[in-house]
Amino acid sequence: MGKLNNQQVIQSLTSVFGEKISVPSEPYGFLTFETSADKIIEVLRFLKEDKDLKFNYLTDITGIHYPEQELSIGVIYHLHSLTNNVRVRIKVFIDGDAPHIPTATTLWEGANWMERETYDFFGVIFDGHPNLVRVLNVDDMTVFPMRREHPLEDPNRVDKKDYFFGR
Amino acid sequence: MTNQPIFTDNDPQKETFVLNLGPTHPATHGVFQNVLVMDGERIISGVSTIGYIHRAFEKIAEHRPFYQITPLTDRLNYCSSPINNMGWHMTVEKLLGIEIPKRVDYLRVIVMELARISDHLICNGILGVDTGAFTGFLYLMEEREHIYEIYEEICGARLTTNIGRIGGFERDFNEIAFAKIKKFLVKFPPILREFETLFNRNRIFIDRTSGVAAVDPETALNYSWSGPILRATGVDYDVRVNEPYSSYQDFDFEIPVGTSGDVYDRYIVRNEEMWQSLRIIEQALEKIEKEPKGIFHADVPEFYLPPKDEVYNSMEALIYHFKIVMGEIDTPKTEVYHAVEGGNGELGFYLVNDGGRSPYRLHFRRPSFINYQMYAPMSAGMLLSDAILNMSSLNVIAGELDA
Amino acid sequence: MSEVNLVEAPPGVEGSGFFATSMEKVVGLARSHSLWPLPFATSCCGIEFMATMGSHYDFARFGSERPSFSPRQADLLMVMGTIAKKMGPVLKQVYLQMAEPRWVIAVGACASSGGIFDTYSVMQGIDEIIPVDVYVPGCPPRPEAIIDGFNKIQELVKNESLRRRDSQEYKELLERYGIQ
Repeated sequence: MGKLNNQQVIQSLTSVFGEKISVPSEPYGFLTFETSADKIIEVLRFLKEDKDLKFNYLTDITGIHYPEQELSIGVIYHLHSLTNNVRVRIKVFIDGDAPHIPTATTLWEGANWMERETYDFFGVIFDGHPNLVRVLNVDDMTVFPMRREHPLEDPNRVDKKDYFFGR
Repeated sequence: MTNQPIFTDNDPQKETFVLNLGPTHPATHGVFQNVLVMDGERIISGVSTIGYIHRAFEKIAEHRPFYQITPLTDRLNYCSSPINNMGWHMTVEKLLGIEIPKRVDYLRVIVMELARISDHLICNGILGVDTGAFTGFLYLMEEREHIYEIYEEICGARLTTNIGRIGGFERDFNEIAFAKIKKFLVKFPPILREFETLFNRNRIFIDRTSGVAAVDPETALNYSWSGPILRATGVDYDVRVNEPYSSYQDFDFEIPVGTSGDVYDRYIVRNEEMWQSLRIIEQALEKIEKEPKGIFHADVPEFYLPPKDEVYNSMEALIYHFKIVMGEIDTPKTEVYHAVEGGNGELGFYLVNDGGRSPYRLHFRRPSFINYQMYAPMSAGMLLSDAILNMSSLNVIAGELDA
Repeated sequence: MSEVNLVEAPPGVEGSGFFATSMEKVVGLARSHSLWPLPFATSCCGIEFMATMGSHYDFARFGSERPSFSPRQADLLMVMGTIAKKMGPVLKQVYLQMAEPRWVIAVGACASSGGIFDTYSVMQGIDEIIPVDVYVPGCPPRPEAIIDGFNKIQELVKNESLRRRDSQEYKELLERYGIQ
């Protein structure tokens, strides 16, 4: 497997960031931990630029919505160290009413559209993003469709009779 | 090829116009729009707009049980749908901790490599059409028909295959399927060689594609590229080798890597990958001979539907059938990320499960979406015809772009 | 002997060196065997259309040798694939640019009725915005099914009255979609 194992990564992180890194776990061998929105860019920069860790590949940025939690919207980063063959997942939970988090486009250009997609679906505002507009949905949409309260089907349909659909 | 526009900003002779390379494309690339500011033939800047075929897969997946999400994954990269199907099944098997027998792994490898060949055939054929050479495309489409016949024999469908089930396949590959695969391995290489003689050393093709849209590896990694276009720049990252899934570690194949990342390198990398895929299929057929016959799924009665005659005759099978379909079986409340090497790059499935019948959140890490974001910055300073070839060599499939 | 099938001549009066029949029949015959399609291919059905145009199923033998991508030069708009709400105005603009007589064929389940995508972002059938002549179901439909749909369009074209496009009924049809 990789030349670096998850223990070393966590040790490196906690030695620099202390208790800002919380809840480390390894579901299916995949190192996962949480941090806060004000520290996330430093954590990402440390992981990218450290000489031993070298997590230079940003695999994905996405979001998740847990309405019953206090910090209901989560932004999830997946990083990959190609030379050491290790992956890591970082979760940041932010307030659902005013979700702000700094942008990762300063570190990776590839974060641009990934953050636009997360904004489009969850409404997360990435501070400092060069062009934070919707990317997949229509531009004049006012709601954020992937949040749990938004329905799957179009509520304005008139031709679908509930009687025939068993509702 | 410089990145500067011909006229400076203060020059009174400068005259730019806006060209809408709109969502309805000729040559069927897919529905995405580029609004380009042009100075004669040269592009000064561009803005990409996508989302013209956004079908909300991730939202639909929250309302469907695991086995009903497979037809949804078909329609992501519809040129190579078996790879998406297998990737999804492997994600769920990783979540549930299901051990897959070797013979099933090898059958999956055959299907996935056929799908990879099918995807690269379309990409290289359309690249030929964009340079004006229609003949190669017609030869390759005929070969895709043979691959469709193999899919039909295995699962019944041509394009959106819905191949396999969680735990294996729904039925074993019959004699006719193996005969067709063996015939394909004999008939296809001469056609691919003929296609290569038409294009590889063709003066016009080399002039059109060599040196166009060269990319260096650092920029490509910065933009999170993956797949054949990343390998054309020189980075040998292939998910099949980095984190082998479905017993890829038992196979002996090479990863073709290019040098300059231009359109010609991407074309050659895809051709070479097709040759390597043929090698893998041959090895898989040999390995299947050595495995015990007749195993086509894992022994997991909680997740794999029992055969229908048992459901009607045995009480256990009836109960399992009921529990699987109605979703009464507990699944771990955790999250998993699994990546496979799709036709365009690393296709990842991020699944967050809450123990119910459907996922809590399913996110597809789509390579076409992430590869395409570099297109607008990259096309600044290019001639329009080069930008068209660049787009077609990136192999952006609209279904995977928008999901 | 040649295996080529020739089209049957319409009923008419024949003599040495002349053939008299009604104008409608001749025009219908000519039009139906030289329809120029506009392949509006958005997703998976587009790939099946590419297979239909390939040498195995050969769409060109029905007279569609020249698929045009410019609506001004096309007779038949073949909508293949899912049309999202973002794409709707684009489709309508393409339809409006076509000159009369024009026909529309909706290929696939998504174009006919939204398909498996009953979501907030997908238009549930293109007949919400443009009038459709033939629907081809399937997901994706086999090339034989696409050819069958095209044959039905050919029947419609062959039997269409020359005055249909000026008739009151047709104007009312377009009014319903808000097309002048």
